Amino acid sequence: MTEHPSRRRILECMGWAGTGLVWSVGGGVLSSVSLDRAMAAPKSAVTPFTFLQVSDSHIGFAKDPNPDARATFREAVAKIKAMPAKPAFILHTGDITQLSKDQEFDDADQILKEAGLPVFHVPGEHDMLDEGTGAAYLARYGKGTLGDGWYSFDHGGVHFVGLVNVRELQGGGMGHLGQAQIDWLTKDLAGRSSSTPIVVFTHIPMWTVYADWGWGTDDSAQALGLLRRFGSVTVLNGHIHQVLQKVEGHIAFHTARSTAFPQPAPGQASSPGPLKVPAGELRNVLGVRTLTVTLGSQPLTLVDAALAV
Amino acid sequence: MQQMLHRRAALCAFTAVAAIALGAAAPAPTALVKIGNFTFAPQVLTVSPGTTVTWDNEDDTPHTVVANDKSFRSKAMDTDERYSMTFTKPGTYDYFCSLHPHMTAKIVVKAP
Repeated sequence: MTEHPSRRRILECMGWAGTGLVWSVGGGVLSSVSLDRAMAAPKSAVTPFTFLQVSDSHIGFAKDPNPDARATFREAVAKIKAMPAKPAFILHTGDITQLSKDQEFDDADQILKEAGLPVFHVPGEHDMLDEGTGAAYLARYGKGTLGDGWYSFDHGGVHFVGLVNVRELQGGGMGHLGQAQIDWLTKDLAGRSSSTPIVVFTHIPMWTVYADWGWGTDDSAQALGLLRRFGSVTVLNGHIHQVLQKVEGHIAFHTARSTAFPQPAPGQASSPGPLKVPAGELRNVLGVRTLTVTLGSQPLTLVDAALAV
Repeated sequence: MQQMLHRRAALCAFTAVAAIALGAAAPAPTALVKIGNFTFAPQVLTVSPGTTVTWDNEDDTPHTVVANDKSFRSKAMDTDERYSMTFTKPGTYDYFCSLHPHMTAKIVVKAP
């Protein structure tokens, strides 16, 4: 005879499920979700992994406060090599070089190679200074990209989108995506399930951090509109050489530190030039970011580590 | 006859001197725009046609000079680097820095 649990017993089990937690480990970072939620969640198409964001290496920069941007970039890569759990890849959110010189691009590539990981780039405005205003960048990193160098790829169930918002900037303007890129983005996202986690990476912030210094993207509204239906969107930017974040519904924006020099907080200086800090302070304000993807519906976990750590 | 020759010689000499005086060009006008603290100074520079304008980057960050109408575009100027452009046609030339597009200014070219 089959045993039927008593009604009381059923309720006891349900009570336990409500308070239970499932711990999972992805890339060495613990994260939790309640048991009933885990049991209710559809089988996730996301496999946990970590990846990195580095930004604004400005190879070629050699002024106050950093006499050698190559050296601090090397330190950042050494940190990456020393990570106990190997990340899947690196995103570089632009201003790879200071002046788009061949030697600067070469050195940046050589230093990054030491990490032994795939690297996905998007350009910064400092990478558009060659004779062909961006031709040098595309010659190196344009394979598989469209237009000014935009592209997308998938990893572990997450959809990554690299956008270019630093080409053909207009006087008085800020970052700019252009209609061709937005049209491409529309097609790229069409038909994807809204439960697909999306990571967008581009140089200039996609929200207006500070218009007076051009810290924003003047036509990002349309792009953000396309992203709104997705359950988890992470926008990773560089350009401002400091960590700032903003959350709008399911969209989390994060700007990153540079590996070359810091910049002042919005409006805290007369201009957004390099912020001079004492030599002993420099490595506290430069850094690398580790991002961890766990379950699809959870926001990514971010850890910003200063070079000094 | 000799008087006529003298007069002609004097006339020739005078003409020659006059020609040399007129032919010797006045030095071409120049003007300077200083770039510092993410600003072009002066923000509005008025010059006569034929003026060579030089931009001098005194900032601790590179800048460029790009005309809104694309009529001129400098290479990136690092600190203490310069760029020059000779303006011959009258008009207003709005320009900006392509690295920092919020930096805008203009050159006004008009006959004195």
